[in-house]
Amino acid sequence: MKRRAILWLPLALVLTLLVTFWRGLLQPDDHVIASQMVGKPLPEFAAPAILPGRPGIATADFRDGKPRLLNVFASWCLPCVAEVPVLMRLKAMGVDVVGVAVHDTAPALEQFLARNGNPYSRIGSDPQSRIQLSLGSAGVPETFVVDGKGTIVYQHIGVVAERDIPNLLEKLGQRP
Amino acid sequence: MRIAFAILAALALSAQAPPLDYAQVSLSDPVKEKQAVELMDTMRCVVCQGQPISGSDAEMAGDMRRIIRERIAAGDRPDDVRAWLVSRYGDFVSFKPEVKPATLPLWLVPLAALLGGLWLVLSRLKFRRRQ
Repeated sequence: MKRRAILWLPLALVLTLLVTFWRGLLQPDDHVIASQMVGKPLPEFAAPAILPGRPGIATADFRDGKPRLLNVFASWCLPCVAEVPVLMRLKAMGVDVVGVAVHDTAPALEQFLARNGNPYSRIGSDPQSRIQLSLGSAGVPETFVVDGKGTIVYQHIGVVAERDIPNLLEKLGQRP
Repeated sequence: MRIAFAILAALALSAQAPPLDYAQVSLSDPVKEKQAVELMDTMRCVVCQGQPISGSDAEMAGDMRRIIRERIAAGDRPDDVRAWLVSRYGDFVSFKPEVKPATLPLWLVPLAALLGGLWLVLSRLKFRRRQ
């Protein structure tokens, strides 16, 4: 009897595998790729200015003792429009927001900011995603919290919504 | 005079030739290009997740190919470039699983299944012979 049960085991295993694969096919994997750079120092980069009057950003700018948000965005990114009002609110609360514009052009960016508002104190250009790749950022928008020593302490993937404000303020070391 | 002309011609040529974009253009060294392509075949595109970056038209896949070719052209070993990307995006970005404690089941389960199957077949044969 026991032997017979063991004989059914391989078939049961194969069926389990088949069901697992079938389910995997029915619900495609939408994997959120989190950056491995959280907890590590910001990689060295220098992103040149893209708009007149808005300075670019370099890693050294983050070591001035003031925590800030590093927002990876693009004027061609629709969800990025949705988070501008929230970034504006954070700015109004005294948070310094700097932007890395990925694959962007000056006219498009100018239009984007004129239409939606400009929460950024600095905007660096990243035309070939070099900075984005070195940050371990897999898409736009993404927002990194960088502490005053230039260490990445938190990554927010996707649109920053109203309800994310308390968490971000906490990660920035500000009491909401 | 001739030298000045040569310099001018060289300048004109270099100004005309667009810079090579390694997102789309192969490396001139075939050995290095082969290394780069092998690496690109086993790195996952982070936006179009089921695809390797060698077969993706996404802009970001091109940006990853550019970095890979540039680094290999500069003399980096493919494994170092892979490690650089993994240090950014984690193991998920590589299609080539490493042997380490977390991935041990991946390597051991097939072996265990084979041994288990072998044992099952052998014991079954013995059982039959006895009958």
